Amino acid sequence: MKKLINNPEDVVVEELQGIELAHGDLVKVYYDPNYITRADAPVKGKVAIVSGGGSGHEPMHGGFVGKGMLDAACPGAVFTSPTPDQMLEATKAVDGGAGVLHIVKNYTGDIMNFEMAADMARDEGIEVEAVVVDDDVAVKDSLYTAGRRGVGLTVLMEKIVGAAAEEGKSLKEVADLARKVNGQGRSMGMALTSCTVPHAGKPTFELGEDEMEIGIGIHGEPGRERLPLEPADKVTERLLEPIVEDLPFKSGDEVLLFVNGMGGTPLIELYIMYRKAVKLLEEKGIKVTRHLIGPYITSLEMAGASITLLKMDDELTKYWDAPVLTPGLRWGC
Amino acid sequence: MVTKEMVIEWVKAYAQVIAENEAYLTDLDRQIGDADHGANMQRGFKAVLNKLPAAEEKELSAVLKTVGMTLLSTVGGAGGPLYSTLFMKAGNVFAGKEEFGLQDWIQALEAGYTGIVTLGKAQPGDKTMLDALRPAIDALIEAEKAGESFPDALEKSSQAAHAGMLATIPLVARKGRASYLGQRSADHQDPGATSTTLLLETATKTWAKA
Repeated sequence: MKKLINNPEDVVVEELQGIELAHGDLVKVYYDPNYITRADAPVKGKVAIVSGGGSGHEPMHGGFVGKGMLDAACPGAVFTSPTPDQMLEATKAVDGGAGVLHIVKNYTGDIMNFEMAADMARDEGIEVEAVVVDDDVAVKDSLYTAGRRGVGLTVLMEKIVGAAAEEGKSLKEVADLARKVNGQGRSMGMALTSCTVPHAGKPTFELGEDEMEIGIGIHGEPGRERLPLEPADKVTERLLEPIVEDLPFKSGDEVLLFVNGMGGTPLIELYIMYRKAVKLLEEKGIKVTRHLIGPYITSLEMAGASITLLKMDDELTKYWDAPVLTPGLRWGC
Repeated sequence: MVTKEMVIEWVKAYAQVIAENEAYLTDLDRQIGDADHGANMQRGFKAVLNKLPAAEEKELSAVLKTVGMTLLSTVGGAGGPLYSTLFMKAGNVFAGKEEFGLQDWIQALEAGYTGIVTLGKAQPGDKTMLDALRPAIDALIEAEKAGESFPDALEKSSQAAHAGMLATIPLVARKGRASYLGQRSADHQDPGATSTTLLLETATKTWAKA
């Protein structure tokens, strides 16, 4: 295993220390329990947005803390859901008196730990609402699985909902908006390699030189099927077709196209995929009006990519375009 | 009868078992999950060992509650809340008691089982920790009906857990991260059922003189 780390046990804390030193103007870092808040938290009278999850997906979520996006992020151990005390303290730290929205990715651990934290926060008099993200179309039978995973759409939701909160929308409005985003966004990912969790010391799964994995998540776990390697254009089609079919996205729709790098894939390849995706969508009469390209929700050093499509309208576009100032995403200010 | 001291011995022994099996649990979880179960349990029980000395003065149910709360704030993932619930619910059953017999142990594990089902919404056959825990409890109940001694009942229960753990191998996961793999989760032993089996086997070894 080749990683630029020290002791595997110290990976998250050392990362937090680096974030603190680099972005002290934007965020505040807390330890034991670990969480990150925006530097000016709590923002009085504003709905606070809190999210979190295992580490290893950077810049999500800690990189998205700041004006116009998250008020707080809770980092768990690598690929491990954070614990209720983290979310409880973070919620209390950013509560501006207008309520708190928890954005929870649909994983068994995340759901349980966030639920417990929300209950504890409510016991302390804070109004908390939670919205679950479950955009992954790779997981088919929801009845016989833990349900669809929360993946790429999470990034888009945090931005859009963060902007609405910044504008002064109420907790109910912000939560409804989050659910609306969840209802009209879909994602699918693939991998060229697995990744190595520091503690494990070796890749989570092995892929041959000429193999690829379709339908992966963001935790290094294998996907739905293993196939022979194909060129980028074919891979793009393999990811886009199920996404379009699932919602379904229709001719005349306007979309935000998010081509995400899993961490180990260079931008050069993401742009090649983006070009093909736009072409395929145009052929279907679907217009790409906004985009995001790059490693925003990663799986350590996994090589691969995921595509997220979000159906846009004036409201979502307005919030997407709104200013944001975080370590991982910034425009308009 | 199992005393508070024996319960503390059990927890300490399990922490040692977890340390020894960390790589094994990691590897099981690598195959059908995200390879963090070993590290998570190790982190949790290391923290439990640190908290135990201060908790040892308290009554039995408080000791188990301390174990549960510590696991909740250190393990993370699904395992944290689930194991936390097991210890907390079991602890509640022992309120006011300083020692317990077979019937109480059955009640405690049943309470833990119900708590886990309520929280995780799994059932036997989903390829989870329940596939070790349920057979273990059923074995205890049968042994109790047959009038067996506490240690003999424990021996039967850990054997049943072990068998349940092995029986997860062919199962297709319907809960947790393994469920995303669909059919590919079959032919792999469930990590949660494994750590639960180790917990019950450690109880059997530690309480052989109950």
